[in-house]
Amino acid sequence: MRLIFDKSVPGRRGVRNAGGDVEGEVSIPQHLLRERPAELPELSELDLMRHFTELSRRNFGVDTGFYPLGSCTMKYNPKVAEHIAQYPGFANLHPLIPQFPGGEMMVQGALAVLKEMDRLLSEICGMAAFTMQPLAGAHGELTGAMIIAAYHRSRGNQKTTILIPDSAHGTNPASAAIAGYDVKAVASDANGAMDMAALRAVVDDGVAGMMLTCPNTLGLFNPRIKQVADLIHSVDGLMYYDGANLNALLARCRPGDLGFDIVHLNLHKTFATPHGGGGPGAGPVGVVERLVDFLPTSVVRERLDGSYYLDYDRPKSIGYVAPFYGNFAIILRAYVYILMLGREGLLRASENAVLNANYVLARLKDHYDLPYNRRCMHECVFSASRQAASGVRAFHIAKALIDRGIHPMTIYFPLIVPEAMMIEPTETESKETLDAFVDAMIEIADLARDDPEQVVGCPRTTPVGQLDETLAARKPDLVSLPAVEGQDGR
Amino acid sequence: MPFIANTKAQREQMLAAIGSESVEELFADIPPDLQCGELNVPPGLTEQEVRTRIAALADRNSGGLISFLGGGFYDHFIPAALDAIVSRSEFYTAYTPYQPEISQGTLQAIYEYQSAICRLTDMEVANASLYDGGTAVYEAIMMALRVTGRRKVVVDETVSPIYRKMVRSYTSNLGIALVETPAAEGLPDRDAVAEQIDGDTAAVIVQNPNFFGCIDDVTDLAELVHQRGGLLVVSCYPISLGLLKPPGQMGADIVVGEGQSLGMPLSFGGPYLGLMASRLKYVRKMPGRIAGRTVDARGRKGFVLTLQAREQHIRRERATSNICTNEGLCALRALVYLSLLGKEGLVELARICAAKADYLRGRLLAVPGVTMRFGHRSHLNEFVVNLPMAADKVIRGLFGRGLAAGFPLVRYFPEMNNCLLVAVTEQRTKEDMDFLAHSLEVILCG
Repeated sequence: MRLIFDKSVPGRRGVRNAGGDVEGEVSIPQHLLRERPAELPELSELDLMRHFTELSRRNFGVDTGFYPLGSCTMKYNPKVAEHIAQYPGFANLHPLIPQFPGGEMMVQGALAVLKEMDRLLSEICGMAAFTMQPLAGAHGELTGAMIIAAYHRSRGNQKTTILIPDSAHGTNPASAAIAGYDVKAVASDANGAMDMAALRAVVDDGVAGMMLTCPNTLGLFNPRIKQVADLIHSVDGLMYYDGANLNALLARCRPGDLGFDIVHLNLHKTFATPHGGGGPGAGPVGVVERLVDFLPTSVVRERLDGSYYLDYDRPKSIGYVAPFYGNFAIILRAYVYILMLGREGLLRASENAVLNANYVLARLKDHYDLPYNRRCMHECVFSASRQAASGVRAFHIAKALIDRGIHPMTIYFPLIVPEAMMIEPTETESKETLDAFVDAMIEIADLARDDPEQVVGCPRTTPVGQLDETLAARKPDLVSLPAVEGQDGR
Repeated sequence: MPFIANTKAQREQMLAAIGSESVEELFADIPPDLQCGELNVPPGLTEQEVRTRIAALADRNSGGLISFLGGGFYDHFIPAALDAIVSRSEFYTAYTPYQPEISQGTLQAIYEYQSAICRLTDMEVANASLYDGGTAVYEAIMMALRVTGRRKVVVDETVSPIYRKMVRSYTSNLGIALVETPAAEGLPDRDAVAEQIDGDTAAVIVQNPNFFGCIDDVTDLAELVHQRGGLLVVSCYPISLGLLKPPGQMGADIVVGEGQSLGMPLSFGGPYLGLMASRLKYVRKMPGRIAGRTVDARGRKGFVLTLQAREQHIRRERATSNICTNEGLCALRALVYLSLLGKEGLVELARICAAKADYLRGRLLAVPGVTMRFGHRSHLNEFVVNLPMAADKVIRGLFGRGLAAGFPLVRYFPEMNNCLLVAVTEQRTKEDMDFLAHSLEVILCG
């Protein structure tokens, strides 16, 4: 499909600017101005609508079809939340208003949303307080790692290392490293849980903390999680809960009760805000009582008269991690979702998420290898090693699903499972959808055995086939720039 | 239950297939003493109830103020076509485009966005977005440290004080030298900056137009820092680039900025959009997603996420950044916005904002006791005025007349007690501006 720049027609205009009520010449001296306008496309509004509508048809979202992308919790995104996020009382609110005297009273509704979410998420996670500032899950991890560092500084501890299970997602080690820590991996045992002997071997006074998901990335709950926490606490380390998999535990089990000290949540996973094709997300961080003073500045507080204010006077805080109060319009969507589910709905969400995953596991386990043959929580991890023997890898199975109208599962992760296929159905999918998925997976397994060529060549129904990623990396073509000679120095 | 499809009968069939007596049994791995009791969360609401409740909260905000607030965040008009496009759920209910064959929409849009940002800033490569303008400054610093292998960073005082606070938080545990240079009459003090540039300086960070709305040509600073082997990072306001000399022409090595003005509503602080562009030679040190164009086996052109060897899912603790989810839908908004305005429309918009700011400046300076701060500098749509009394007192008075007259600078610059930072966009009418000038006169002169 042609680029938008190639559809440009000189002189054509889309929207018209208002503002002709003031005339005047620009008073800025010539040497501060650009020589030529930037070569942006020149299209009519209709040209543009057709371009982007065509692009949208080359995309696949949760509203298009089943999206069992493991670890990403692609549940349905309620439309009412999209509607509410556009209320002018929120959408037009300038974030600097509460930063000057009298301004707080002009944003009481917004501060109420932030404070209510703090209270709700604290209750759901068993934490003392939450900050809404982190702008995505990984940003929450960085915030959490900075809180770990601030805690140890305040105690005069000399800590250098953060422990992370070998099954962890890549963001965990990356976040710990960016916060200034060394990272040590802890092996998993034959049951897919953390190997306690391996853990004991690496826990020493240099350990600042441990980051992990629970259930882990294999979709398994570690029944000894409390012992892990006790061990880390015995060296004054902190337990960090990566909330990627909280959907399994909602309203049944709280990270705080399991011994965790810091939690980040991915609102675009557990709390149904749309992922946007790569954000915006939101990654609120909660902490136990002894860490509250380290939370980012500002925090929302309630006065005795019930009004809210922003507290900036927090000497032990790690400071600003976002320009303002977080991705507010995302937090608002998650707030809508939690209000609609209520305590009963939260419990039903985790129950149905776990039921759906176990149903898929039960129906597929005769057809694919199951590296850890146990009940799973909200997702299950299969291996395509049996199929790989006949040349059909997890990659090919993923592409074959595309031809059957299904978004592939997560593949090649977790790293400790060869040819991993990580399937997370979520609670919002129906039995019929799961059956159609399972039938497709069984059909592909049969083809892999009987006629592997049928699988390896997929997808065949998409506007482009398998793309040459090696070429893309070796000869990067990353931007389209105007070819006209002398334009903007090129 | 809301958003759950399976009926009781279906759940029983599924349990039978699993071979489980009950849903409870599926949670048997969780020791009973670790399971919680009923949460203190209110019962669920219907859609109608939740809309009523949140509409009441929205009404407790003053969304209707006539606003002259900027400070890096501006209420430019958002055309309806933009919302029509980004509310197509094929875009907004998708995940990060890990499966290129069914994500060509997102991927081509990222490629077009990268191209538009490069055309705007006159740079050679851009990424798929960062969280916001402040984290973009931080990521640019980290990138400069990697490129140069050095440990010192110089940030000018005219860079947003909010971003400077963020940078201080992020770098506090990294053992790098972070130096802030004092401004000279609204622009970076060349001598002060030069004094700080040494053989260990990774980058100098400036902003244009800067936090005070003053416009600069930083070509000399680029030369200065390049002579000592460091990089120049410029934070920009993208609408200004309709008129102003792009950072790429001034020798910037990394360009960042807050992209909110490109079609994002203010939304009380987010979601916004972190812009980042750089010289091509530094692309492998860049953080974040990058889309690239390639071909399939039949030679058809298509797009993929590329240069992923920089990223956390491959490199783990050695990645260029921990970022994964970025601000994808906001980047799409920016692309659609820039395309709707188009080549001439963006120039015209910047011109309109500049003309309005000139008009408002004239009106405000006619009020007795009001003078320009940094009046000998050039401005686009934002400037600082001195008031004859404390600016936050004046602001409070103007609230009562339905005006958010600007931002009192005392909050971040204690010595600027009487200074007010005033911004205009095309949305402020002549009438609004006349009303501000009139109201200010009433408050100041009684």
